[in-house]
Amino acid sequence: MATFTLPKNSTIQQGKVHRAEAGAKNTKLFRIYRYDPDSGENPRTDTFEIDLDKCGPMVLDALIKIKNEVDSTLTFRRSCREGICGSCSMNIDGLNTLACLKPIEDVKADVKIHPLPHLPVVKDLVPDLSQLYAQLRSVEPWLKSDTPPPPDGERRQSKEERAQLDGLWECILCFCCSTACPSYWWNGDRYLGPAVLLQAYRWIADSRDEATGERLDNLQDPFRLYRCHTIMNCARTCPKGLNPAAAIGKIKQMMVERES
Amino acid sequence: MSIMQDSREATMIGRKSDGTPIRRPLSPHLQVYDMFQLTSALSIAGRITGAAWTAGLVVLVWWLVATASGPGAYAGVSWFLSSWLGVLGMFGLTAAAWFHTLNGVRHLAWDAGYGYAIPTTYKSGWAVLIGTAVMTVLTWVIAIIAWAN
Repeated sequence: MATFTLPKNSTIQQGKVHRAEAGAKNTKLFRIYRYDPDSGENPRTDTFEIDLDKCGPMVLDALIKIKNEVDSTLTFRRSCREGICGSCSMNIDGLNTLACLKPIEDVKADVKIHPLPHLPVVKDLVPDLSQLYAQLRSVEPWLKSDTPPPPDGERRQSKEERAQLDGLWECILCFCCSTACPSYWWNGDRYLGPAVLLQAYRWIADSRDEATGERLDNLQDPFRLYRCHTIMNCARTCPKGLNPAAAIGKIKQMMVERES
Repeated sequence: MSIMQDSREATMIGRKSDGTPIRRPLSPHLQVYDMFQLTSALSIAGRITGAAWTAGLVVLVWWLVATASGPGAYAGVSWFLSSWLGVLGMFGLTAAAWFHTLNGVRHLAWDAGYGYAIPTTYKSGWAVLIGTAVMTVLTWVIAIIAWAN
């Protein structure tokens, strides 16, 4: 169901303000969503003034600086710091992206940072992704084949067949796209969302996979696939430059083609 | 109320460090997301203009019923539709109709497998907006010329 407002326990309050050290010349304000489950209080927005002359170039650098030097309780996921692990996905300046790939200087005003939208918050910038993982599992994202592999080697693909997977295999499951999708916000209990549908298509498009019919059967549902209304927020926000909407469009076309 | 529960309910339950169950907050969505980016803005506009057009059909039915009912009823509707509020409403409905139609063509192209790249999406989006402005003004210019004759 579409509920446009936040529940009472989720509205955001004013938080603390942490000023930069005296003498800092090149400063920027970071307004960061905080939620501490032990406090019994609503989420709040803390403001951190950061000396950019003593900070790395990316938003993730600022978050790490804050955690190291200002407030060690600031909680966020991060690992590779180079856009390949998908851990530091969050909402920065109104769009979902990876904090490690987002240059601070790209944000003109104060840097507003929130967790990925419309998810349960575990703590600060860490949302609960278990619904998304369960949905990913439901599309069985692995090779399904009745034919055994050739005895002398691997299952071969032509260059053309392999090229069908470009733009699909690069997905790092950061879920920026799914949580940018209003349709996923309102119907995420039954709609699979762009990230999971892109994964579904990654296996449908694989020449070695023999379960295409079964996979399409699983998606033939008013909610799982067809809650995509081509809003295109997914492709707009993908930090890897992929296009989940196009993959969903291809699944929809295959649905029509197999009926005719 | 729907009988089917939202399966996401289960993930709304968390625990404090001491194990006490608590209800987790929902992270902000419409409150923080940039909904004015062309992608979602045109999608929302598509919904609104669709609804406006439906309301416009009621006006059309009202006009038709009045036309069939006789000169008195017809004069009443005509008076309203030619008042400034009526003209403004009709102008808005014209714009809504053009936007919804042109955006519908965009959706047809998507459904046929074309125009998914983000640069193309932005170009077609701006084309719809400019097309709406041009066609709305053109419609009224033609209507006013026909009216004057």
